[in-house]
Amino acid sequence: MTAAPRPEAGVPRFARGTFTPDPAPGSLLRMLATQSATELRLALRQGEQVLLTLLIPLLLLVGLTLLQVVPLPEPRINSVVPAVLALAVMSTAFTGQAIALGFDRRYGVIARLAATALPRWLLVAGRLAAVLGQVVIQTVLLGAVAVALGWRPALGGLGWALLLVLLGCAAFGTLGILLGGSLRAELVLAVANVLWFVLLLGGGIVVPAAQLPGPLVDVVGFLPSGALAEGLRAALVDGVAPAGQSVLVLIGWALVAGLVASRTVRLR
Amino acid sequence: MSFAPGRPAVQVRDLVKRYGRVTAVDGLDLRLDHGQVLALLGPNGAGKTTTVQLCQGLLKADGGSIEVLGADPTGAPDALRARIGVMPQGGGAYPGVRAGEMLRLVAACSARPLDPAWLLDVLGLDACARLPFKRLSGGQQQRLALACAVVGRPELVFLDEPTAGLDPQGRRLVWELIGALRRDGVAVLLTTHQMAEAEELADDVVIIDHGRVVAHGSPVALTANGNDAELRFRARPGMNLRLLSDELPAGYHAAEPAAGRYLVQGPIDPAVLSAVTTWCAGQGALADDVQVSRRSLEDVFLELTGRELR
Repeated sequence: MTAAPRPEAGVPRFARGTFTPDPAPGSLLRMLATQSATELRLALRQGEQVLLTLLIPLLLLVGLTLLQVVPLPEPRINSVVPAVLALAVMSTAFTGQAIALGFDRRYGVIARLAATALPRWLLVAGRLAAVLGQVVIQTVLLGAVAVALGWRPALGGLGWALLLVLLGCAAFGTLGILLGGSLRAELVLAVANVLWFVLLLGGGIVVPAAQLPGPLVDVVGFLPSGALAEGLRAALVDGVAPAGQSVLVLIGWALVAGLVASRTVRLR
Repeated sequence: MSFAPGRPAVQVRDLVKRYGRVTAVDGLDLRLDHGQVLALLGPNGAGKTTTVQLCQGLLKADGGSIEVLGADPTGAPDALRARIGVMPQGGGAYPGVRAGEMLRLVAACSARPLDPAWLLDVLGLDACARLPFKRLSGGQQQRLALACAVVGRPELVFLDEPTAGLDPQGRRLVWELIGALRRDGVAVLLTTHQMAEAEELADDVVIIDHGRVVAHGSPVALTANGNDAELRFRARPGMNLRLLSDELPAGYHAAEPAAGRYLVQGPIDPAVLSAVTTWCAGQGALADDVQVSRRSLEDVFLELTGRELR
């Protein structure tokens, strides 16, 4: 082989032994931490994601509290917070996650990571951990603004609310992976945004199920959006355990979407 | 770590892969030893990428056997992936990720990776380490993908068209890196449709077309096929070729394929060169731009397949 021209004569760019093989998988915890931290940073850096997951929920929190667009019992803030929290979870775990996955697949990052020692399950776990990180940030921010607006949650329901948020992340997160992992990136973008809008208005989030027109009332209780929002309303407004149906519906969506996704989504 | 000495890094026997009615890989044999570079050379659609993906265990073969680092790669098991570095065609990264972040993420998947900061620097990615991936040039994306393939100190790397879209300096840099991998004992399986790349880098070249091996050997063995050398030169157009044939020993062929451009085919030695210059002098002309060339891999490929390589 002929020697390549060196940047500096006689000084090889790659010293002997630089690439001597020494492979071994990294620690699982470090892989998980690095992947989810990277994805969390990406989500916080991307304008559309921040708009979707932070700015719109914040605007709705303030707007629905101060403006009388939707009839709500006083103090309005107490009914607005559960709705906005449910919206925040849906925006991050479902819409944002699906769109990110759709474009990540397009850009070959899934194939790239699947070729490292990163196990398949960790690839998914890392994405869900990044979603949880975003939800923590959303909850702290929205909670702080809500308290400033006079929100006083029913303390007895906070534990239930935490459980519901986690179940909501599971249900919406697996649905997001199913959608983002199945269609072309542009289709994912369109479908995820349309579903977000439909569920926001007609899925029991902004308008409580009981105030929706006739046939919707029965359907909404079985949607993840309706189940999450109704459950959060029970926990945070009334301080009581959510209806068993809310919990079961969320678990059901998580299981069904997880099962379908594990069979259809190709992580390459 | 089961480093089996004497066993090849990759051994493929009678490999078959079909997509519906199309046979993409059709009875392919390969062998790659540790510390060697094997180039899969062929036009688009020859089955190069399919072969590499089969070796990575990303696809399931329809026939034949594959052994990678002494194991069956089917399903790309975690333990095997940890020992292999991969550069997929077109790289692969989050659209918004910075080059440095992406490399550190891939490095975190290995226990004792190379220093990502050093690797970015040496591959000339320092200046763009903070740009999002989608804003990197094709060449920068390509170099990042290469960095990701080698950062985990693998025993074996698969490089799918490692220099596609690179400028000459970038190509030279990548060639240098592949040379260093080989020197340090890494086995390299690369695909290319650039002749020069295979000639420059590979210990072994496998030319494939329609999923079959059409030629196999070292670049020298493939190109130095006996007496097929030729002499090309320029001189005044329209000189008398009959007189040249008389000067040359039997078995040589002289022609003027284009006006003023002459070609002599046959074993070229000093006597032949002397005959050519004598003939020119006899007609009051001077031979200019005289070149003696052996066959290139390109010639070999064209002879074997009748197809143009790009």
